[in-house]
Amino acid sequence: MGFLDRFLKAPSWGVHPEDHKRPAADAPLRLFPSPERVFMPLSQHVGGAARPIVLVGQKVLKGQLIAEAQGNISAPIHAPVSGTISAVGEVTAPHPSGLPFKAITIESDGQDRWIETDPLADPFAATPEEVARRSALAGVVGLGGATFPSAVKFALGKRLKVGTLIVNGGECEPYLSSDDRIMRDFPEQVVDGARIVMHAIGASEALVGIEDNKPEAIAAMRKAAEPYPEVKIRPVPARYPMGSDKQLIQTLTGKEVPSDARAAEVGVLVHNVSTCAAVHKAIRLGHPLVERIVTLNGGAIATPGNVYAPLGTMISDLLAFVGLKEAPSRLILGGPMMGTPLLHDRIPIVKGASGILAFDAAEAFVPEAGPCIRCGNCTKACPMGLLPLEMAARIRVGDLEGAEAYALQDCISCGCCAYVCPSHIPLVQYFSHAKGELTNAERTKLRTDATKRLAEAKTARIERENREKAEAAARRKAEREAAKAAAAPAATPVAEQTQGASA
Amino acid sequence: MSQAYGIAVAAPHTTTTNSPTRIMTLVMLALAPATLYGFWLYGWPAFFLWAITIGAAMLGEAFCLRLLNRRAVPVLMDGSAILTGWLLAVSLPPWAPWWIGVFGGMFATTLGKQAFGGLGQNLFNPAMVARVALLISFPVQMTAWVAPVPMFSAGAPGLVDGLLVVLKGVPHAYDAVTSATMLGFAKTELSRGVNLLDSLQHAPALSFIGSRPGSLGETAAWLILAGGVAMMFMRIISWHIPLAMLAGIALPAAILHAVDPARYLEMGAHVLSGGAMLGAFFIATDYVTSPNSPRGQLIFGFGCGVLTYVIRTWAGYPEGVAFAVLLMNSMTPIIDTYFKPRIYGRDRKGNPLQTTN
Amino acid sequence: MLMSVGSLAAMGLALGSVLGVASRYLAVEENPIEAELQAMLPGSQCGQCGYVGCAQAAAALAKGEAPVTLCPPGGKATAEALAAKLGVKVDLSKVSDSGPQIAEVTEEICIGCCRCMKVCPTDAIIGAAKQIHNVIREACTGCSSCVDVCPTEALGMAPIPVTLQHWTWPKPASAHS
Repeated sequence: MGFLDRFLKAPSWGVHPEDHKRPAADAPLRLFPSPERVFMPLSQHVGGAARPIVLVGQKVLKGQLIAEAQGNISAPIHAPVSGTISAVGEVTAPHPSGLPFKAITIESDGQDRWIETDPLADPFAATPEEVARRSALAGVVGLGGATFPSAVKFALGKRLKVGTLIVNGGECEPYLSSDDRIMRDFPEQVVDGARIVMHAIGASEALVGIEDNKPEAIAAMRKAAEPYPEVKIRPVPARYPMGSDKQLIQTLTGKEVPSDARAAEVGVLVHNVSTCAAVHKAIRLGHPLVERIVTLNGGAIATPGNVYAPLGTMISDLLAFVGLKEAPSRLILGGPMMGTPLLHDRIPIVKGASGILAFDAAEAFVPEAGPCIRCGNCTKACPMGLLPLEMAARIRVGDLEGAEAYALQDCISCGCCAYVCPSHIPLVQYFSHAKGELTNAERTKLRTDATKRLAEAKTARIERENREKAEAAARRKAEREAAKAAAAPAATPVAEQTQGASA
Repeated sequence: MSQAYGIAVAAPHTTTTNSPTRIMTLVMLALAPATLYGFWLYGWPAFFLWAITIGAAMLGEAFCLRLLNRRAVPVLMDGSAILTGWLLAVSLPPWAPWWIGVFGGMFATTLGKQAFGGLGQNLFNPAMVARVALLISFPVQMTAWVAPVPMFSAGAPGLVDGLLVVLKGVPHAYDAVTSATMLGFAKTELSRGVNLLDSLQHAPALSFIGSRPGSLGETAAWLILAGGVAMMFMRIISWHIPLAMLAGIALPAAILHAVDPARYLEMGAHVLSGGAMLGAFFIATDYVTSPNSPRGQLIFGFGCGVLTYVIRTWAGYPEGVAFAVLLMNSMTPIIDTYFKPRIYGRDRKGNPLQTTN
Repeated sequence: MLMSVGSLAAMGLALGSVLGVASRYLAVEENPIEAELQAMLPGSQCGQCGYVGCAQAAAALAKGEAPVTLCPPGGKATAEALAAKLGVKVDLSKVSDSGPQIAEVTEEICIGCCRCMKVCPTDAIIGAAKQIHNVIREACTGCSSCVDVCPTEALGMAPIPVTLQHWTWPKPASAHS
């Protein structure tokens, strides 16, 4: 980038970290040999966890449904290898807490036999609803990291009459190149998938935004998109977080998504390039989402590059495949800016796993945090126009509501602020902490309200029961007395007689 | 193969090599040419005063940290105390006695900074707090300016004499060189009823290369300017505050001078003398005490400029940068509250944008 | 001299009477905070605080007779909220907050006596005579009333397990102190 470009062309937001994408991005895609055992988690997507429909000991084929979607927003899970179900148990989640979640274990028979597939020869002749239905059944979710079930987004786009599909080839996270690789190696799949998605949502054009630090991907995609004028390849400046939906929409269309609205409400829908390729496979080949490209990168890895691996493969197996130069000092799922730190490597890869980074000691070095000097670098870097320093100052003293007043909930956790902070304050952790606490507080409040209603209902019931009992008792008493009274006239003369006698 | 990685570290997992130390060092480097030029102009006494002030500022900081039972060395290493001392030193009369430097330096870091909670917590610019405290407490010493006697020139005090000037006061031999600054001279003459058109004919020269009475930081306006522009290119400061502050001084100066040249100094004299340049590029741009949003910075800078002009022209003191900056420092929280950057997807008031579809 | 003393005195008198009148006519009726406080309490009327129910506890809080840490089921969160509402400082480190807890039935020991069901303020325990009882986690307020009446100690309190959905990042350790 030229000297003047630095001042004139670059967007005013974001940061420009060193990308570290090569040589991993240039290494040819490697096929991961079928693992002995896979652990297929039941919640690899936003929404309800899938419900297992297989039994331990059952034989399954590759691509066979093993857990069905549950609820409106959910996605089914399919077997990534052929073999035998050996357990429906728990495995460590790819999550900073290291807590477990449910997963189905499959012992591979090593043959990778596919189940019989049901491809759709001409998706453009089918109704958009049929395309969405098939995508949903194939378990396609957003592969850029959000893992939102794609079919739900298709329906939303169709309902809100979205005109523009944005295909996200930004991949702005340093180190990662799985999207780059899919655009270089399978551009026809991406373009075809994008056209199918356009059909599914009724869009008239597709804008493929690719950061200009991936010239090979741009060239390959241009070539693949040549026959289709409605698919437009648009290089965008390499600037983190260009791959964030809101920033990419703004760069490509100039539109801004209102803070309380979804992108579809301004007439655009964003899908990742890998998601488009997955849609292509789901529709044209009938293949459910059971494999993906994973970037393995970082200083501790001997042969960094991209690997085509079945979902559910243990990270330790992948690391063994690419080889380690040294014991990693830090293991990250995703990119260095937003990735999830992992506590160990006995964790399976999931649908949203774009990369595994194994950092060496130098890369993992964390400078000690100092006091905020109010330099304002964080406010300049924030792509959302927030004031990270003001929010963090409030969270530090426990004033979460104060931070909320600075629009904490608009924070996209992109990490730009903490990246540029000269004092290396863990700003994102402050915000994640506050958002989590606020969510929990909200949940507790709902729960308290619910239990209060229950308690009131019980009190009311007990009172009613007591009243009814009292009434019943009173009634019985009255009846008894009435009976007594009825019996009395017979006895009265006797009494009178007695009285008279005594008088 | 399995391995544990202990406690999870939150994203982002990468950062820059920037640090407060680097920022402070670069600011000092930007200030160095003007300071060195000042040493040459005013000789050894200026150098000793500079060294004493910085030492006192560091001592004050270390003292406070000891009271808090914190290790002083790592905090001193961030360079902020040195920079505070340095900024104070270049705003002092170059031949001021040693205790001015000691009192000012200690005052700046103890009451100006650590009393508020240390780096990043102070409401007012520590160097300017100390300068104003000195100016109010010791008006005589703080307005005793000397005409430049360049180092190694005839009549300039040598190394030992220079030390004596600082420690024991200005000896009689050098008394003759005591002089007034441009702004001070204009004010005195006006108060005597002499209008500027007459008095300025024998006023101290207004020299762009800085050969005139004044503090270290006010003499070489162009070196300060060069340092400030260098900081802008290194992205340490943005253009908003300096430009707005200089505009805030220049605009009223130009207008009033055009109205009545006999009463009001011309724009050039205002922008190039006193602490205008130093204030615009090094003092008002202090991160801690200035607003964060670009619009807030423009308002802050312009306010500093206008207040400087008002104090210089109508108040009792010939120079007003320090007062102006302190007054605007007190406005910073309010400016920060009312001038926030626009949030993506929201209007300026913070309400969500209307959907256009 | 007399003039200034007189005028100051007159001003003082005038302003003072304005304040007096204002305090009379703009006085806040009763203590509206009581209702707010009651809304912050769990409302299960479990009586662990020593008052008959949450309304009485709220009244005591409003009068300043009870500490904000009085509510064991509410735990630290409620104590914090109460302290913020009442504007009092409180040392929360001493609040025994083993985190929110809920009741749990040990199925092997439960004899199905139905006593716990009767005392549960929120009907969170289900079951029938001679059937093993169970706790509805979402409805349990953790008041532990049931634990006291269980004849076989089949009921116990257990912390609500942390799940992926509930886990949050801890607040970063501050650079200072």
